[in-house]
Amino acid sequence: MPKLELQAVRKSFGDLQVLRGVDLTVAEGELVCLIGSSGSGKSTLLRTVNLLTPIDDGAILLDGTDISLPDQDPRPIREQIGIVFQSYNLFPHMTALDNVLLAPRRVHREPDSSLLPRARELFVRFGLGDHMHHWPDQLSGGQQQRVAIVRALAMNPGIMLFDEITSALDPELVGEVLGVLAQLKRDGMTMLIATHELSFAAEVADKVCFLHAGVILEEGRPREIFENPKEVRTRSFLERVR
Amino acid sequence: MSENGAGKQLSRLEYERKARRRSLIIAGLSTTAVVGALVVLVPLAPGWPAVKNSFFNWEIFVRTSPTLLRTFLLDVAIFAWCAPLIAIWALVIAVFRDTRSPALFPFRLFAIIYTDIFRGVPVILVVYLVGFGIPGLGLPRPWNSPYLWGSVALILTYAAYVAEIYRSGIESIHVSQRNAALSLGLSQSDVMRYVVLPQALRRVLPANMNMLIALQKDVALLSFIGPVEIFRQAGVFKSLLANFTPYVVAAVIFLAVTVPATRFADTLISRQNRRRS
Amino acid sequence: MLKSPLIAAAVALLMTVPLAAQAGPECAAGKTISPGKLTIATGNPAYFPWVIDDNPESGEGFEAAVAYATAEAMGFSADQVDWVRAGFDESIQPGAKNFDFNLQQFSITEDREKVVDFSLPYYSSAMAVLVQQPTADAGAVPTIDSLRTLKWGAAAATTAVPMIDVITGSSNSALLYNDGADVVEAMKANQIDAALFDLPTALYVAAVVLDDGVILGQFPADRTENPDNFGMLMQEGNPLKECVDQAIQEITANGVLAGIEAKWLSETTGVPVIQ
Ligand SMILES: Nc1ncnc2c1ncn2[C@@H]1O[C@H](COP(=O)(O)OP(=O)(O)O)[C@@H](O)[C@H]1O
Ligand SMILES: [Mg+2]
Repeated sequence: MPKLELQAVRKSFGDLQVLRGVDLTVAEGELVCLIGSSGSGKSTLLRTVNLLTPIDDGAILLDGTDISLPDQDPRPIREQIGIVFQSYNLFPHMTALDNVLLAPRRVHREPDSSLLPRARELFVRFGLGDHMHHWPDQLSGGQQQRVAIVRALAMNPGIMLFDEITSALDPELVGEVLGVLAQLKRDGMTMLIATHELSFAAEVADKVCFLHAGVILEEGRPREIFENPKEVRTRSFLERVR
Repeated sequence: MSENGAGKQLSRLEYERKARRRSLIIAGLSTTAVVGALVVLVPLAPGWPAVKNSFFNWEIFVRTSPTLLRTFLLDVAIFAWCAPLIAIWALVIAVFRDTRSPALFPFRLFAIIYTDIFRGVPVILVVYLVGFGIPGLGLPRPWNSPYLWGSVALILTYAAYVAEIYRSGIESIHVSQRNAALSLGLSQSDVMRYVVLPQALRRVLPANMNMLIALQKDVALLSFIGPVEIFRQAGVFKSLLANFTPYVVAAVIFLAVTVPATRFADTLISRQNRRRS
Repeated sequence: MLKSPLIAAAVALLMTVPLAAQAGPECAAGKTISPGKLTIATGNPAYFPWVIDDNPESGEGFEAAVAYATAEAMGFSADQVDWVRAGFDESIQPGAKNFDFNLQQFSITEDREKVVDFSLPYYSSAMAVLVQQPTADAGAVPTIDSLRTLKWGAAAATTAVPMIDVITGSSNSALLYNDGADVVEAMKANQIDAALFDLPTALYVAAVVLDDGVILGQFPADRTENPDNFGMLMQEGNPLKECVDQAIQEITANGVLAGIEAKWLSETTGVPVIQ
């Protein structure tokens, strides 16, 4: 059973059909990269999985259970799915540590005595040991994005979604954030990553999916997609991006 | 740093200090000139002796100040119990108004109508209506007290304005903040409480400080329904002494409170801005 | 019948000292704000029984009638009288006035005299305690001891305020209002037990405005240390003052003023006197 499965997912904003029947699977421990031109619906797709955007039709299965049905409490589902956004979205009025602790405190109601050591360990693991007590605006973009990742990980999600998390970063900071993703991959985290970093995708992805015109037009191992795309559209997209 | 560089640094500091001193001197001179002109010219006006006697009568100033100061304590007390209640009630209204779920629509509707009405009606009318009207329904003492219902009138009115300020603050918090919090599994109310409101309230602090200062002045409207606070007492003195100086005393007492309060608020705000940037 | 020592003194003055100038057009000539006219101010609105139906031009009501009688004694016919409205504040503010004199139950006080001029008094009012029936039923009686226990209210700009201080012995217990109408509202809302008005106003409120108003008692003018004497208010140093005073002396001496009082303020007798 795949960790995550999208079946014929449809989503329109008014007349604009963004997703026209997306089928996608992410297996346990797999790293799947979602590529596609800007405006193709990558963010929309990730947001539907996190239930931030309700879908019009189709199904989204997490561990085999349809999570897209209306009338269910989204909160326990969101706990199991971490998401990190392009613009970090740290809470500016809290220190890095409080950003990370907010959800475990409020949602899991865990006492700080058990939370703190785990949070500290996460900070250290991702090279942020010295920045736990900093305010977001005292951190570089790369550090902020890593705190955002730690914040999502602190809820112990079963799967992580990343939405172009390096797009807003200065080029010299991209590496440190991609390094975190590689580290997570080694730890066995299941990940769905919308990205423009094709060389990164080529290096670490188990599978690459090309989203075009509202469907997954082509998917396969990175090498197949990047070196020998079957579809004309895929080829022209790759040529444009390279 | 090279010796040369240090020298440059020093001369730049020197230059900046000189420039700052020069601008201070210019500001001081021009202010003195303007104030001096006022002090010299106004008394030359033909009506000045009469105006001076009516508004700036030193003997009356001295005679009425102690009583006016004492009655000002009532203004301070009314302000002190109204302000926190306004803050709380306004927050309730603002949160009602921000509810999205259809089940809570009646609350949202209530908040909309409430703010429309109380922002649309002059405060003094609310003070009269609530202060005389509700006790007039036949409430027994002490529940018909003008202090009680006058305060309620102020709270109702000011909460409408403050709720709108809160709302503008809430709406100024980008939706991505809500989404980030929701995606972590927080409930809507926790998102509001821990993520949106703390940022929103901080952002609208300057606007709310202005409301506080306005409230301190509007407390005087309670005098219309009986309480003898500073402006009423000044009015009594005015009519007994046939002189406006007591009002000037009252104004001075008010300024002595509101000017430092405003300065304090400004410092708070700029300190906060410095830390944010 | 002479209403107060002040009026008595004025009349005595009139009878002993030969008048330098007769009241009349000669006295007022060139001293009014518009030539050949006498401009008189009253309140906005003006209340019963001082001015009936807020219409001073009719000459109906005590102050309206006094105004016309005074004007006549000064040599102005009824159609030479113009009415304007002015409050207390406008009357005491520095600068030119838009009236020759202003009558709206202004009490003559020493402090006010420093800033404005008053005519000789045209009425000495008793002050009266107005309550509602339930307060009277609860045992309020016209003695100082009983009055001291009541919750008081008054119009802020009147001499009732210092008088309440005297009655209650403390300064801050009374609630004060902009005008008599608000005092009555507060009484209806049961926020105050008792209000202090000049007697004619109290009678009117008790009879017409309140359903169950009762005059508990009065402080008669001739027994009060500082009787409430109503004077016509004029700008400080107004040269017209002597003409107005002469006119008031004249209508006092010839009984016109007493007649007007008998006509409009006749009910003021028979109210119990406060001990
Ligand atoms: N909430 C929304 N309302 C209306 N249109 C939207 C909304 N969100 C996204 N879109 C539109 O859907 C399309 C896909 O957007 P998005 O998912 O952000 O693409 P990508 O992330 O691939 O750049 C775009 O045309 C965008 O304008
Ligand atoms: Mg996107």
